[in-house]
Amino acid sequence: MFPTMLKERYLKSPIKNNWMKKIFVVEFLMIVFGFIIVSAFKYRPSETRELAYTFHQQKKPGEIVYEKYCISCHQADGSGVPNMSPSLVEGSFVLGDKKPLVKIVLNGLKNVTINDKTYNNPMPALGSVLKDKQIADVLTYVRNSFGNKASAVTTAEVTEARK
Amino acid sequence: MKNKFLFSVLIGVAIVTGTLAFKNISQQTPFNDHAGLALPAGFSASIVANNLGEVRHIAVTKEGGIYAKLGSTKNGKGILFLKSNNGKFQEQNGFGDYGGTGMRIHNGYLYASSNTDVYRYKLNDKGEVENPAKAETIVTGLLDHGEHNSKSFTFDNDGNIYVNVGAYSNSCQVQDRAPGSMGRPGCPILDSAGGIWQFKADKMDQHYGDGVHYATGLRNVVGLEWNQKDNALFVMQHGRDQLHDLFPQYYDAKTSSILPAECMYEIRKGDNAGWPYIYYDQIQKKQILMPEYGGDGKKMADKKYLNPVMAFPGHMAPNDLLFYTGNQFPEKYKNGAFIAFHGSWNRSPEPQAGYFVVFVPFKDGKPSGKWEIFANGFAGQKVVMSPGKAEHRPCGLAQSPDGSLYVSDDVKGTIFKISYKK
Repeated sequence: MFPTMLKERYLKSPIKNNWMKKIFVVEFLMIVFGFIIVSAFKYRPSETRELAYTFHQQKKPGEIVYEKYCISCHQADGSGVPNMSPSLVEGSFVLGDKKPLVKIVLNGLKNVTINDKTYNNPMPALGSVLKDKQIADVLTYVRNSFGNKASAVTTAEVTEARK
Repeated sequence: MKNKFLFSVLIGVAIVTGTLAFKNISQQTPFNDHAGLALPAGFSASIVANNLGEVRHIAVTKEGGIYAKLGSTKNGKGILFLKSNNGKFQEQNGFGDYGGTGMRIHNGYLYASSNTDVYRYKLNDKGEVENPAKAETIVTGLLDHGEHNSKSFTFDNDGNIYVNVGAYSNSCQVQDRAPGSMGRPGCPILDSAGGIWQFKADKMDQHYGDGVHYATGLRNVVGLEWNQKDNALFVMQHGRDQLHDLFPQYYDAKTSSILPAECMYEIRKGDNAGWPYIYYDQIQKKQILMPEYGGDGKKMADKKYLNPVMAFPGHMAPNDLLFYTGNQFPEKYKNGAFIAFHGSWNRSPEPQAGYFVVFVPFKDGKPSGKWEIFANGFAGQKVVMSPGKAEHRPCGLAQSPDGSLYVSDDVKGTIFKISYKK
């Protein structure tokens, strides 16, 4: 019943005025576009943005390391896992002194308490898994993603922290 | 000119009506009624409590009061009591200065567990703890290394309590969760964790040595319950994490997002479910050798371990199990199992899964059909990309005296009540 109504309104319109017909066609198209645009933003807005991002930019070297070694526990948006793995969004561990941060990646971390919350999943030591440049890249990525903004970590700083 | 004016007005109207029309449709998700939950026909849900804290397991008294165990204390209290007053609940003074998971009522006592001990409190004839300061320590000194430290428990009909001691490891690697690290030979964790211990339900200050090492090879069990029809213990195991992260040469990310199975086991004394040497692959329907112990995703173990009675997709984290004994729900639910799935975290880059309550039909104490999602929508979003974004995560289950089902949530501390009406 509904499609027939639409058909009559938009296609078999008795209105002879050509302009009016056009207006109805435009109105119909606007509704359709409205649906598409709104639905794109309504569901998964972050994904839409991510998609736009990947179209325009190559992945950063640190992002590639992050996706291989960090993403499961710390999540794509850096938000971590409640009670298990801490968030990497803001916080003095991530944005503060670089040497202790590098040491966490090198040596791992267990049962850390941040703001009275203890995180129970251990972080493995990645010192023997990752090269100094990879650690510098991934920490630079983390310090400048998820809304974070902090200075880059250099390969030399990682090499120094290993000593 | 007149036409142009009309044209622009109509466009404006079109945009507004188009947007509004869509908005209305998008709000007509099946989650609108019933406290945001999607339920089978005839069921409804309401929220009976909110913002309680990290509510793990819950227990309901004969009088309809609800006890809730908090994962970590709130204002110094780890146990909350909601007193029932004609269907409305009033939060009473909390007690118990420890966080934990287990909460059950048994033989006139409220039992509660911290991450190392099991305590009990005498209930009076109104189902209330009269003397919260007078906790009796039933079991003490169980291992807590942080990882998998929930000491969930249940009871049989012969005076025993069964306590989970989770393995403080993902897969008993030399270096826990380190890529490529191999398994520790003869996994030493299993001597004091990774299994179920049986103790006397009414004996004080029991330690490992006073108990029976009832079952082993269970990585971590948060939901467990005695099945009265089968007179046996049923447990839900949390399967291992991160196959792809740790052994990418054998598992791609997609496979790793569904393997291994989260398993329901029927446990008899002396059973071994095989962790960390094997996992159960619900697609091949086989026990597969863990990569830490020489597996490659296909090799099977030489030795046979206990098979699950039901297998679910990986990582969904079953946190409570309840056999429905009420008369309120339709016949098919009688004696069947409800399972609260807390929801996954290690499925990236795939969306997370779980965050719902599942039903498994049972006949004569065995699963008698496929599992189905019973209550969904706890996360408050259709696609959960990271667990921290979920609004609620189901964690505990309890049955009310009138046969309704309570579901607790440890994110916002919400308790949902699900009821049925013809």
